[in-house]
Amino acid sequence: MAKNITSNKSAFWLGYRDTLPFWLVVGPFGLLFGAVATEAGLNLFEAMVMTTLVVAGASQFTALTLMGENAPVFIILLTALAVNLRMAMYSAALAPHLGREPLGMRVLYAYFMVDQSFGVAINKYEENPDMTPRQKGLYYAGSFMSVFPLWLITSLLGALVGAQIPPEYALDFALPICFIALSAPLMRSLPHFVAAIVSMLGTVLFVNIPYSLGLLLAAFIAMMVAAQLELWLKRRQANG
Amino acid sequence: MVDPMKLWVIIFGLGIGTFIIRFSFLGLIGGRELPEWAMRHLNYVGVAVMPGLIAPMLVWPEATGGALDAPRLLAALAAFSVGIWRRSALWAVIAGFGVLYAMIFLGL
Repeated sequence: MAKNITSNKSAFWLGYRDTLPFWLVVGPFGLLFGAVATEAGLNLFEAMVMTTLVVAGASQFTALTLMGENAPVFIILLTALAVNLRMAMYSAALAPHLGREPLGMRVLYAYFMVDQSFGVAINKYEENPDMTPRQKGLYYAGSFMSVFPLWLITSLLGALVGAQIPPEYALDFALPICFIALSAPLMRSLPHFVAAIVSMLGTVLFVNIPYSLGLLLAAFIAMMVAAQLELWLKRRQANG
Repeated sequence: MVDPMKLWVIIFGLGIGTFIIRFSFLGLIGGRELPEWAMRHLNYVGVAVMPGLIAPMLVWPEATGGALDAPRLLAALAAFSVGIWRRSALWAVIAGFGVLYAMIFLGL
């Protein structure tokens, strides 16, 4: 992997390239969304507007499912938005890196925020603290542009062709694999590991808390435990 | 059939709401320096959110009706170990799908 990013152009394409592995998981997910949207009664136009405006698969599935159950609009919006609340945490974590960019760019960066662009970019920033803010932004934009066209094309294909992926392909596993592939390279220290374990235990324990709030609770606890552990390790090192 | 009015309210409501969530801190904090304790916590956002997202999917996979599934658990473990070892997302994906398909193919 190139340690020194020499130009802005190369920062964009590096982000693009580093996100290519996620084509393998975004593709099936887009197909599935298109197919499920058609089954739920959306026409092609409606499905494509939804997938372009929202660009957050899990919440789109949640909204479709609740629509099928004839839930009130208010409940549908609340539940689907709760699924996306994790992105407020992504937004906070990206702010120290991208927050100095002009407002117009930050609006764009907010639209570009998906799990893949966040995960790939934050990993890169931790690896290369010397990147300039502009390079950081371009890397992140490149990462998003790597998966976004594919997301649109596969959503469209799924809506046109329907769900014809046989279950033997076990593509339900694409989603877990995606998040494992995003978090594994982030495991740089003991506190990172401990945060991951606390987060997993937490969400399993809090599985009955409604509106995906169990995930947020587990994430907050994991962050606090990791931060405290980091402090404790530093203090011990300073004293030893 | 879906009521078109209701559908469009949902599409735009979800689109705008999600954008506001994404913009929140990036827009409000902007370039201001955060206190050290906040930065210390924010460093762990990725590892505190993403593993938690998938833990319930691994423990109660939808495809098996919620029953623990050895191929999926082992594939997840393989993806995670190889991903950490190689520090690579690509290898994590290859290892995960490789183990899953191998086990399904062998009928395990």
